[in-house]
Amino acid sequence: MFPFIFEWVWDEGHIMFFGAMWYVILILASGLGYCLIKAVKDTLAGGHGPQDHH
Amino acid sequence: MDYDFIPKGHNRCSFGTFAAGMVILGVIVLWGFYAAALCWIKGLNQTNMNDSYGFALWIWADLAVIAIGGGAFFTGLLRYVIGLDELKNIINFAVIVGFCCYCSAMLILAIDIGQPLRGWFIFWHANVHSMLTEVAFCLSLYLCVLAIEYLPLILENGKIDEVPFFHNLSHTMHGAMAVFAATGAFLSCFHQGSLGGVTGVLFGRPFGYREGIFVWPWTFFLYTWSAAACGPCFTMLTCKITETITGKRLVKDNVYDLLAKISGWMIGTYIVAKIADTVYWATVTSPSMGFGLMDYYSLHPLHHGIWILILEIVVCGVVPALILISQKGRATKPLFNLAIVLAVLGVCLNRWVMVMTPMAMPVMTFDSWVTYFPSWQEIATTILPFAGGIMVVALSYRYLPVFPQEKELNSKR
Repeated sequence: MFPFIFEWVWDEGHIMFFGAMWYVILILASGLGYCLIKAVKDTLAGGHGPQDHH
Repeated sequence: MDYDFIPKGHNRCSFGTFAAGMVILGVIVLWGFYAAALCWIKGLNQTNMNDSYGFALWIWADLAVIAIGGGAFFTGLLRYVIGLDELKNIINFAVIVGFCCYCSAMLILAIDIGQPLRGWFIFWHANVHSMLTEVAFCLSLYLCVLAIEYLPLILENGKIDEVPFFHNLSHTMHGAMAVFAATGAFLSCFHQGSLGGVTGVLFGRPFGYREGIFVWPWTFFLYTWSAAACGPCFTMLTCKITETITGKRLVKDNVYDLLAKISGWMIGTYIVAKIADTVYWATVTSPSMGFGLMDYYSLHPLHHGIWILILEIVVCGVVPALILISQKGRATKPLFNLAIVLAVLGVCLNRWVMVMTPMAMPVMTFDSWVTYFPSWQEIATTILPFAGGIMVVALSYRYLPVFPQEKELNSKR
């Protein structure tokens, strides 16, 4: 999972598998981080957003 | 008692009736957890697994719930990425159903691996040559995506929504949902496909083995296609069941019609590909490995006669496709209901045939059919996620604004 684990090899398999996995984790974490930061900013600005999300 | 937590303007049954239902389901869940604890504490000797059925009933349940849970990713893709706006009226429910299905799959896997203390090894010491590693990665991450998609709905509960931060968070997450839905679709395509790939690469098991393209056998694509085709049917089926239990209309007919039409064409194209795959396998792939088609279906005709192939492809494939493609079929309620039931049964049957049969079917002259019947622990742990799923759906329906059209559809009553 990490390069410091003893069986890690810098080959195509590891790069493809773990590259895709970390890329997806990065997207999800960035998306969630953006939502959290924006929600904090909106709340501090005193906004209460629209009532209907749909 | 819980009136303040129920969405405004929505009628729900009394708290006593709801609690009684929860208690009944809770007893089933506790029974399942007791059986799961036995498997974790005492080991897999609690099951009736043998060398021919090395993954037990669980593996079928696992693949079946993942397939029928495919409605979440496909409906999400149609709603957020392709932009079919009508589907906003059923997407919440699709996410809840998908979330229940994937939680079930993870729970079943946690029991099936037998040694839960080392469950994390699949990530930490991953075997990058295994399709199951890809399944584990994508399954875990997609469950996270479903949780992210479910969260804003939970935050819309009347009481929680009163807190400005949660209201703003829910609103912001709705705005960013296309990113999560697209990521979920990517993950789903790969883990659905890799589950099919697991059987397809077993060259020592000619019933399951398929040729393919690059590292992917044809079963990789068939599994993804069938999950996208039949998953929405399970979403519609559970929605119809919820409507029957609650005695209310929750989703307008045009929403059902749109989703059913797409699903019908998906099932239709899938079944054409499935027939082509079966014909090629029966006439080219399998004979090249020393087995004729009827060798598979005459060994144990009671359990795996040719009827199972006809049932899967014709009755549960061609028939629902024809009904759902036709506008008249979709408009006729009994036919519509029959079609979505057949489609769900079809994909579950496909997973049964493609997972249980290849492993159990004898391929050596000294092999023979071994019988298998799951132990009560296996049955209890397989029923557990279904009961748990019903609880989650019931709780969500009672306390969250799951169906945007509910108020409008039931205002005249």
